[in-house]
Amino acid sequence: MPRALHPVAWWVWALGLAVAASRTTNPLILLLFVTVAGCVVAARRTDAPWARGFRVYLALGLVIIAIRVGFRVLLDGQHGRHVLFTLPELDLPDAVAGIRIGGPVSLEGLLAALYDGIRIATLLLCVGAANVLADPKRLLKSLPAALYELGVAVTIALTTAPQIIESGQRIHRARRLRLAPEGRRPRRPVRGVLVPVLEDALDRSLALAAAMDSRGYGRVASVPRRALRTGRALLIGGVCAVLVGTYGVLDGTAPAPLGAPALVAGCVLGAAGMRLAGRRVPRTVYRPAPWRAAETAVAACGLAAAVLVVVAEHVDADVLFPTVQPPRWPTVSAIVAMAALIGLLPAWLAPPVDALEATPA
Amino acid sequence: MIRFERVTVTYPDAARPVLRDVDLYVAAGELCVLVGLTGAGKSTVLGAINGLVPHFTGGRLAGRVTVAGHDTRDHPPRELAGLVGVVAQDPLRGFVTDTVEAELAYGMEQLGIAPATMRKRVEETLDLLGIAELRERSIRTLSGGQQQRVAIGAVLTAHPQVLVLDEPTSALDPAAAEDVLAALTRLVHDLGMTVVVAEHRLERVIEYADRLVTIGHDGYVQSGLPADLIRAADVAPPVVRLGQLAGWNPLPLSVRDARRLAPNLHARLVDAPAPRRGRPPGAPAVSASGVVVRYGKVAAVRGVDLVLRAGEVVAIMGRNGSGKSTLLWALHGSGRRDGGRVVLADGADPSRLDPRDRTRRVALLPQSPTDLLFLASVGEECALADRAASASAGTCRRLLDELTPDIADGTHPRDLSEGQRLGLALAVQLTPAPAVLLLDEPTRGLDETAKRRLTAVLAELAAGGRVIAVATHDVEFVAGLADRVIVMALGEVVADGPTADVVLASPVYAPQVAKVLQPDPWLTVAEVATAIGPPA
Repeated sequence: MPRALHPVAWWVWALGLAVAASRTTNPLILLLFVTVAGCVVAARRTDAPWARGFRVYLALGLVIIAIRVGFRVLLDGQHGRHVLFTLPELDLPDAVAGIRIGGPVSLEGLLAALYDGIRIATLLLCVGAANVLADPKRLLKSLPAALYELGVAVTIALTTAPQIIESGQRIHRARRLRLAPEGRRPRRPVRGVLVPVLEDALDRSLALAAAMDSRGYGRVASVPRRALRTGRALLIGGVCAVLVGTYGVLDGTAPAPLGAPALVAGCVLGAAGMRLAGRRVPRTVYRPAPWRAAETAVAACGLAAAVLVVVAEHVDADVLFPTVQPPRWPTVSAIVAMAALIGLLPAWLAPPVDALEATPA
Repeated sequence: MIRFERVTVTYPDAARPVLRDVDLYVAAGELCVLVGLTGAGKSTVLGAINGLVPHFTGGRLAGRVTVAGHDTRDHPPRELAGLVGVVAQDPLRGFVTDTVEAELAYGMEQLGIAPATMRKRVEETLDLLGIAELRERSIRTLSGGQQQRVAIGAVLTAHPQVLVLDEPTSALDPAAAEDVLAALTRLVHDLGMTVVVAEHRLERVIEYADRLVTIGHDGYVQSGLPADLIRAADVAPPVVRLGQLAGWNPLPLSVRDARRLAPNLHARLVDAPAPRRGRPPGAPAVSASGVVVRYGKVAAVRGVDLVLRAGEVVAIMGRNGSGKSTLLWALHGSGRRDGGRVVLADGADPSRLDPRDRTRRVALLPQSPTDLLFLASVGEECALADRAASASAGTCRRLLDELTPDIADGTHPRDLSEGQRLGLALAVQLTPAPAVLLLDEPTRGLDETAKRRLTAVLAELAAGGRVIAVATHDVEFVAGLADRVIVMALGEVVADGPTADVVLASPVYAPQVAKVLQPDPWLTVAEVATAIGPPA
């Protein structure tokens, strides 16, 4: 049945691809991942305004590569024996010794910069794919109840910002209708436009607050004090554990229990705390995005791709990090190819897009 | 259903209470209409029903307000959300989400209603209000009437027992207002919902009312059957005034009632001289030909030809979005114009004039007159207007006193009532004595007294040789003031002629008196009064 996939599933998939991409500098593998993301986007994107941006991300990726290579050529192009060409070198004072502008540019340096640029661009495209595929409004709706206020603030900001811009334009137009005293500056932006706009915005927010109050916003369910206190303690403990865990994962010399186990424990604690804190909010969600088999499958594809590449790091690191000194043609191993293929599966696993959802006004 | 017991409301820093000793009982299933002049406390009564007064607004409420047995003292507005639905004056300011469907669901989400029930109620409400085809639309792209219906739907989904509306039709064109009122009467008649509505333009709602509540300036409230109370009320629709004039008993409240009583009045009017209308038009003051205004791919005004003559009042009518405002701005010269010509009496194109020069000759009062005001007191605004126009000190103040007397110099413009603010903005714009005056929807939010005063002032200005063009939806205001009516649709002029010819030919734009006395060409109660003399 055509329907929109849960936005969180798309994000898990995309972040899985991004993790996989961050573990390699092999341009072939990276381009493989870009192709995978592109195919899935082409197969499962809607016609909504936010879903038309993949080309923009592609263009942005190319710009990133160009900047990366450009800087390398200009500032630091000399490592390696295969010098391609030599740029005129700038004479810099001794105070900035160590920085070179211009000079010889080698193939090795150029390749390293190119690989690095492609990697950053691939990461960007993975995030871009998630943005294009997942409906941001539905993502906000999937926030846990404890973070509900945050979602409301974002929603209101998104709806009122254009209104405030509009009232600014209206007042600016109206100000030109009024005769200004001669000899003075014709416009006094602060007093003439800014003050009325702020007053208008204040009126508007009061009206909105009254409307929200009358419609039941801010109702609080009675939750025993103890449960609330436990929830808060769990949340704080969870955040601490996540911090320690992240440090442990990133720092290879940290004791093993401080790594992944602490991270997992922190997430579990945090989730429990959120659940308890969310009991205070008695609200429900209209047309909640369901989490079905397809969501699990799509998310699993992303995770599997990430895990496979991490495994590949231990099995054949040469493939993931092809040497540029001397430059050698990069290759692709079976395990990495499998990761890419699994990443591609959501193009079929995700349900097709609904014609209704595909054409919102 | 709703009970006020000796309710007195005093706002902080107010010298006297806005409501005094109000005893009011609204039974279940009633449609109750609140009337009163601006600032008399209509919004306070409405706000007290769901506890916004005083929980949200501050102030002191003495006495007791109960809704279905719930005392608002112990229940803040959010607790009453499932019981009382409130639609505020400007629906756009009360929308929390951006699409119709999400907005309809918002209130239910807050109340914690089960998703399956929510789904069902959203579908039912979409059908009930006839907005099913708008479900995916962004609310900001809807027309005023559609927005108002979405706002009503958004509170209906919570299945409240009481619906409270603050001037639901004041910003709407006649046809859109009919849609909203039709939806409301359907709720009262088919669903037995209790509805309390405040409305300035009584002619639109009084025939449906079961109970009328009038609020006097002293804060005392009277409540009773519409036919009983309307006799002594400050505000009454033309059909009631006509009934009083003709000495009809019982007083008619609707055009239908009045028409059945009309034959004897027809007989008295047979020999009366035809009403004299139309001021003698002078020389062309503004001539426009082929005016085109485009916004992107949309043409808002498509080739309008128009001549405004000195001493003439021209009303521009038409649906919301038919290009009325855009045309006014194009005539003024500060708005966009993509084609055509506009010239003033001496052949100057206002869009080419120096802005100061233009403002001296052509004044435009925008839709929200407050946008023109930005100083901290009425006195400062007047002084600035005098200085800017190099007029003698006190010119603006004198104009203001003519328009709305009794405003203290130290008052902040934001603290004025709608009518007073309009008066101040109009006085500021009139200080340089422009020959052309363009007004965009000046009667929005005005009560009958303020409207009558505005009519008199504009008529006097026209008699003094000014040319006045008014874009408006207000049929009765047009009937009482305009010499000529232009009807616009989709950016084109579809009718242009003397007021009587245009409004009598159209069921939408005909004033009540014309509907009652058709086919005789009478437009206002005043005309009939001149013909048959004062009531016996």
